[in-house]
Amino acid sequence: MSTHAFTIDDLKRILHTSAGVPEGVDFDGDILDTAFDSLGYESLALLETCGSIEREFKVSIDDDTLTITDTPRTLLRLVNHQLVAPSAS
Amino acid sequence: MGQATVVTGVGVTAPNGLGAKEYWAATRAGRSGIGPITRFTADGYPSRIAGEVPGFVAEEHLPSRLIAQTDRMTRLALLAADWALADAGITPEELPEFDAGVITASSSGGFEFGERELRNLWSKGGAHVSAYQSFAWFYAVNTGQISIRHGMRGPSGVVVSDQAGGLDALAQARRQIRKGSRVIVSGGVDASICSWGWVAQLAAGRLSTSDDPERAYLPFDAAAGGHVPGEGGAILVLEDAEAARSRGARLYGELAGYAATFDPAPHGGRPPGLRRAIELALDDARLAPEDIDVVFADAAAVPELDRAEAEALSAVFGPRGVPVTAPKTMTGRLHSGAAPLDVVAALLSIRDRMIPPTVNVSPDQAYGLDLVTGRPRSADVHTALVVARGQGGFNSAVVVRRAE
Repeated sequence: MSTHAFTIDDLKRILHTSAGVPEGVDFDGDILDTAFDSLGYESLALLETCGSIEREFKVSIDDDTLTITDTPRTLLRLVNHQLVAPSAS
Repeated sequence: MGQATVVTGVGVTAPNGLGAKEYWAATRAGRSGIGPITRFTADGYPSRIAGEVPGFVAEEHLPSRLIAQTDRMTRLALLAADWALADAGITPEELPEFDAGVITASSSGGFEFGERELRNLWSKGGAHVSAYQSFAWFYAVNTGQISIRHGMRGPSGVVVSDQAGGLDALAQARRQIRKGSRVIVSGGVDASICSWGWVAQLAAGRLSTSDDPERAYLPFDAAAGGHVPGEGGAILVLEDAEAARSRGARLYGELAGYAATFDPAPHGGRPPGLRRAIELALDDARLAPEDIDVVFADAAAVPELDRAEAEALSAVFGPRGVPVTAPKTMTGRLHSGAAPLDVVAALLSIRDRMIPPTVNVSPDQAYGLDLVTGRPRSADVHTALVVARGQGGFNSAVVVRRAE
C-alpha cells in the first residue's frame, strides 16, 4: 500500500504520460469537477490511465467502477478510499 | 459522374525528404536517404542499414493525446495525411462526414509499439500492457486514426498485400470514388525499423548485407544482392475529376488504369503474373504500350526477381522500349509506402517533364532495360506506369496520366 494519498497532481501527471494532455482545456486549472468526457478523455484513455494508477498505487479499479467514474473528483475519492481502508488482515 | 478519378493532393514522409517538396528536390538531385540504422542498435544483425525518415519530431506536428496512443508509423501517416489534405485545399470537417473516406495499405502495422508492449507483457505481466496496444500495432490503425482525426466516416478500409498493397489501396479508393464518394484519402505509410520489425524482415531473406549505403541496394545491377528496407511513404487525396474541376482544384493527374494478378505456385512451369498485371492495367486505361512514357519499377534487387520484372517489361514494351526508373534506390523499399511514393514521383514527373534517376546502379545490359541512371532525364511525360510486387506473389500495376 502506498503511503501517500492520491492527489489531483498525481492524476494529472499520470493522465499526461498515459493519455496525453487535452487541447483547448485549461489542464493546469481546476479540473476536479470537469467530466473526463469534456476534458477529451474517452473510455480507452481512462482505462489506460487507471491501469497506471493501479500499478503505481497498488489499488484495484474494476470496470464497473470505471463506468461510473465521471470526474477527477470521483476517481480521487475511489482510489483514496482504498488507500486509507484498513487491510482485511 | 465523369468516372475519372484524379489526385488533388499529396503528402510525403520519405527517407530522403520530409514533405513532398523536400522529397522531390532530393529525388531530382539523386540524393539518397539510406544510411546506418540509428533507431535501434543493429550491430549484431546481418543487415545494418536502412532508409530512415530524418528530422521527424512528432510533437511538433501532433497533439500529445495522439502521441500517447500511436506508433511511429501512424504518426508519419497522420502527418502525411494532414499535408495531403492541405495540399488539396480540402478541410474534411467542412464536408458531410459520410462523403469522405480513408483507404490505406499496410504491411506490418505498428511494430515498435507492439515490441515495447510485448516486452512489458513478457517481463512485467499483462497489467503492464498499454490499453492502446488494442489498436496501435494493427494493420488498420493508420486508416482509423486518419479517419478519426478528420471526421471522415465514408467508405474506409485497409489493404494488406505487402508492397503491392500501396497500389491496391489506390485502386480501392478509385472504386469508392466511382461509387459516389466525394473524397478518399489513400496511400500507405509503413515504419518498422525496430528490432522486432527487423528480424521479421530478415526472415524473408531478401535484405542486403552490405554496409555501404551506395552499394547496398542495386536493382538491375549484376552486383544486386537484396534490398535495403526503409520507412515512410505517401498519402494521396483522390476525387472524382468533374467534382474536383468544379471546385477549381489543382489536378496532379488521373489514376487511369489498374490491375492486380497473383503469381502461380512456384515450380509449376506457369509464367509469373507481372506481365499480365501490366497488360491489364494498360487495357483498363485504354492505352497501348507505346503510349507509356516511363515505368517506375518495383526493383527488388534480387537477381531472380529483377529478371522476372525485366522480362515482363521487355515482353510488353520491347527490349529497351521504354525509359525505366527506380527512385526507391534513394529511399529503400518502403513496403506499403513504396508504390504510393512512386505514384507521387510519377505525377511530379508529369508536372515537371522529367524522369528522376535510379542512383548507384550500373545496369546489367542482359536485362535489356533503358534504365535512367545518374541524373534526371528530360522527357515530355504524359503517362507513367507504376509497378509493385508483394512478397507471396502479389503483382499490381497502375497507370497515371496527365489530367487534360
